[in-house]
Amino acid sequence: MPDWLKLMWDSLPPLLYAGVVFTVPLTLLSFACGLSLGFVSALIRLYGARPLVAVVRFYVWLIRGTPLLVQLFLIFYGLPKVGIVFDPFPAALIGFSLNIGAYTSEVIRAVIDAVPKGQWEAAYSIGMNWTQAMRRTILPQAARIAVPPLSNTFISLIKDTSLAAVLTVPEIFQAAQRIASVTYEPLILYTETALIYLLFSSVLSALQQKLEVYFGQHMQRTGGPA
Amino acid sequence: MIRLSAIDKYFGEHHVLKGVDLTIAEGSVTALIGPSGSGKSTLLRCVNLLEQPQAGRVVVGDTSIEFNGSGRPDRLALQALRRQTGMVFQNFQLFPHRTVLENVMEGLLTVQKWSRTRARERALELLCKVGMEHKADAWPNTLSGGQQQRVAIARALAPSPRVLLCDEPTSALDPELSGEVVEVLRQLAREGMTMLMATHDLRLAASIANEVVFLENGALIESGTPQRIFKSPSHPRTAEFVSTLQGVVEPG
Repeated sequence: MPDWLKLMWDSLPPLLYAGVVFTVPLTLLSFACGLSLGFVSALIRLYGARPLVAVVRFYVWLIRGTPLLVQLFLIFYGLPKVGIVFDPFPAALIGFSLNIGAYTSEVIRAVIDAVPKGQWEAAYSIGMNWTQAMRRTILPQAARIAVPPLSNTFISLIKDTSLAAVLTVPEIFQAAQRIASVTYEPLILYTETALIYLLFSSVLSALQQKLEVYFGQHMQRTGGPA
Repeated sequence: MIRLSAIDKYFGEHHVLKGVDLTIAEGSVTALIGPSGSGKSTLLRCVNLLEQPQAGRVVVGDTSIEFNGSGRPDRLALQALRRQTGMVFQNFQLFPHRTVLENVMEGLLTVQKWSRTRARERALELLCKVGMEHKADAWPNTLSGGQQQRVAIARALAPSPRVLLCDEPTSALDPELSGEVVEVLRQLAREGMTMLMATHDLRLAASIANEVVFLENGALIESGTPQRIFKSPSHPRTAEFVSTLQGVVEPG
């Protein structure tokens, strides 16, 4: 086995370990929290009282208009100056969740809006209340349209979690940096790191296609339910 | 019995319904006719309060809701009223993410909290009635317009409403397809289903309604049997409107 391949092989376990223990949980948790935040923000934008709408618009404006890296630094290195101290992982989680929340709120608002008004009326006409209509009629249709844009956000997030390295979270990229600094082989290590990220996002893209098929069953021209 | 009293409805500055009174007897079929923008659709949608009037009273069966411009109606009363009405829309509005059978079962499961077995049984029964049981497992977008509208009728009938509201039920269909929908509605009328429909399809109005109501500019101009309204209207505006439709179809 050539040296470069041996180095890659030997560093695979620590990199994968960092991926499974830090990158994946950080990604999934941030996406779950961010999506919930985005959903609530979208509902406020669509149906909320004026002052709340203003708060949400301000939040989205602020998060989308400033670099993620700066936000992470503010949370982890800045807030301790005013007595708010987070461990690295929670700090990263908060930063990513706020970010995902801002971006997905716009997507969710748009897809809920995209479901024809007549679908609300049909739901109301058979006696549903607002919550039932939203849950049973509007959201399933909105979800189908939302899968591609939300998948985009999700795949970006997997890669963005590498920024957590600067908050000392020992995720994939930080593990790679550590190994590169003792082996002096940055080209090999960072190539391997890139491949690992590529692997992770490919798996998730495949999952996205499954979701699209699932939500889009009724768009097929033939046949009954799966 | 369905009763609308002194209904006033504005869209912004536009006065769409001007103190309209309408009473519909149990078991009767009433057709609302009139030019576009006369308010017939809006009046129909006031019955299940998809449009809420600024003033007036809406009574469906044992539920009565009064509007006086202050606030929204009580949610439970609104719910109770809607559960006594079924509605058929011009462009069907089936739930595209549910099969034909699921569309009909939806209200029974979600609103009436029936068991799946019981809801399924009832839904299949209704699909038979409208001649769509062979498509029970199909997706709505694989059906013709006439088939979709028949499924929509079954969905509206599922919770056994006191009145079936039809908003231009045949307007999105070509004559051939509208025939099959008219046939289903005629059968329901024969069985004593109370119906209120907004339509400019004279064949529909003339062949199954026993009361025709002519509206213009948000006011009720004249009402009577189809024979009287179409053959010998007493109001000149009714006569003028009916004459524009002459030759389109010969009322029976």
